[in-house]
Amino acid sequence: MFDLKQIRKDFPILAREVNGKPLVYFDNAATSQTPKQVIDVIVDYYSNYNANIHRGVHTLSQEATDMYEQARQTIQKHFNIAKAQEVILTSGTTHGINLVANGYDAFLNDGDEILVSAMEHHSNIVPWQMLCERTGAKLKVIPMNEKGELLLGEYHDLLSEKTKLVFCNHVSNALGTINPIEKIIESAHKVGAAVLIDGAQAAPHIKADMQSLNVDFYTVSAHKICGPTGVGMLYGKEELLQKLPPYQGGGEMIAEVTFEKTTYADLPHKFEAGTPNICGGIAFGEALNYMNAIGFDAIAKYEHELLEYATEKLLEIEGLKIYGTAAHKTAVISFNIDGLHPYDIGSILDKLGIAVRTGHHCAQPIMDFFKIPGTVRASFSFYNTTEEVDILVAGVQRAKNMLQ
Amino acid sequence: MPIKDIQKEIVDEFSMFEDWMQRYEYMIDLGKALPLIDDQYKTDDNIIKGCQSKVWVHAELEDDKLVFTADSDAIITKGIIAILIRAFSNQKPQDIIDADTAFIDEIGLKEHLSPTRANGLVSMIKQLKLYAVAYQTQLK
Repeated sequence: MFDLKQIRKDFPILAREVNGKPLVYFDNAATSQTPKQVIDVIVDYYSNYNANIHRGVHTLSQEATDMYEQARQTIQKHFNIAKAQEVILTSGTTHGINLVANGYDAFLNDGDEILVSAMEHHSNIVPWQMLCERTGAKLKVIPMNEKGELLLGEYHDLLSEKTKLVFCNHVSNALGTINPIEKIIESAHKVGAAVLIDGAQAAPHIKADMQSLNVDFYTVSAHKICGPTGVGMLYGKEELLQKLPPYQGGGEMIAEVTFEKTTYADLPHKFEAGTPNICGGIAFGEALNYMNAIGFDAIAKYEHELLEYATEKLLEIEGLKIYGTAAHKTAVISFNIDGLHPYDIGSILDKLGIAVRTGHHCAQPIMDFFKIPGTVRASFSFYNTTEEVDILVAGVQRAKNMLQ
Repeated sequence: MPIKDIQKEIVDEFSMFEDWMQRYEYMIDLGKALPLIDDQYKTDDNIIKGCQSKVWVHAELEDDKLVFTADSDAIITKGIIAILIRAFSNQKPQDIIDADTAFIDEIGLKEHLSPTRANGLVSMIKQLKLYAVAYQTQLK
């Protein structure tokens, strides 16, 4: 059952004040807050069984290893991944993207093409640009319309035998657009291209099913899904991960080492060099348990109500324009007010205890597309309330009165 | 007037305000009254790095004193740069180099002082002082 009162009690931070006002946290797309259940797991780890994993024969090490591998299974189950070895634990989405981008050096040739959507986060643009520089492959952009929806017709025109890779976010961080990744994946596969989906912004709202999506790579960060920072997941199809060379060398990822030659460990350890974020991984699993107990359908339904309510209320403010009006979007509202700088609005909202993001949201190409320096972005989570939305709307109105 | 005295004057003005809102409103007014930089100097070279909003600063030597003009696309930032210019413009470069900046703290803008703050108050002060160092060398 979706019990908002109880849910809010789970998040200790929601009780704090900022600048003498109750915190209104609307920067969930940057990072989500952490429920007590996850915090408890972190405290329990360091209080009771902190040890290095996979190597020790002693009890603590075995307990930590069991918990870490159990978390991997939780992640596997959550994303409906066929095999545990297809779950690579990373430091986050950016790590996952770089791991794949570096591995593809070996498979790309001069003249090959990589497609990336027009609404990518910098972390899903720069690694591919670097890959193109190293290999001579060409980066091409799937365009979008004024609503912030990808143009699938143009996408199909861009696809050809030269296309080796397609990258797209499941949900845009700056606009909230839910991209039709099922179609994008299917079409890419028809020309033999592999697809990596950046699921960072989708994971808090949508339970993605790796097997039914038939996606090649999918990557997320735990800290957007009520987990800690510094940990995430890269899913990859086993056959592709087998072919991909290791990204980093070190302990954990080897089978045998001599000074002449090293053989690599099996999946997933081949990509998990060094001591991982053990506690983070375990907490990531707990965060998924927490959200699944509430239920993603209930979360999506409630967040959609918040989105519709906030959209309607904000649009009552004269001169306010929302960027990203796709038919399918998550609870993210990027906006500007005629003649005002997003930074000014954000500064005044902060004084009122309201946390929003201002700026280009690490997606400068989107800002260039709309010819704006940035936006104010309010992003909602299932623990937010309509009362908080009212505080935001009043705050924006107040900022507008002060600044104009 | 020496920099120290101007700073005291600014601190006195801000001490009259009871809450952040009045302070911000005053800063916004100061921003609106800022003597604007000549358009020819609003170039990428004159943009101060490290600010979420764009800030342009131009410095010119008049006799032995350094005169600053500036602009920003964000109004609160404009207010902050206006305060800095009031404190440091029309002063001898050496005095600008030597000047203390603790008054920023006293007028309740401490939160803007952290080096990681997106508005880059620290970058602004650094840039004004860099101009002073450059012109001081030129004067010698």
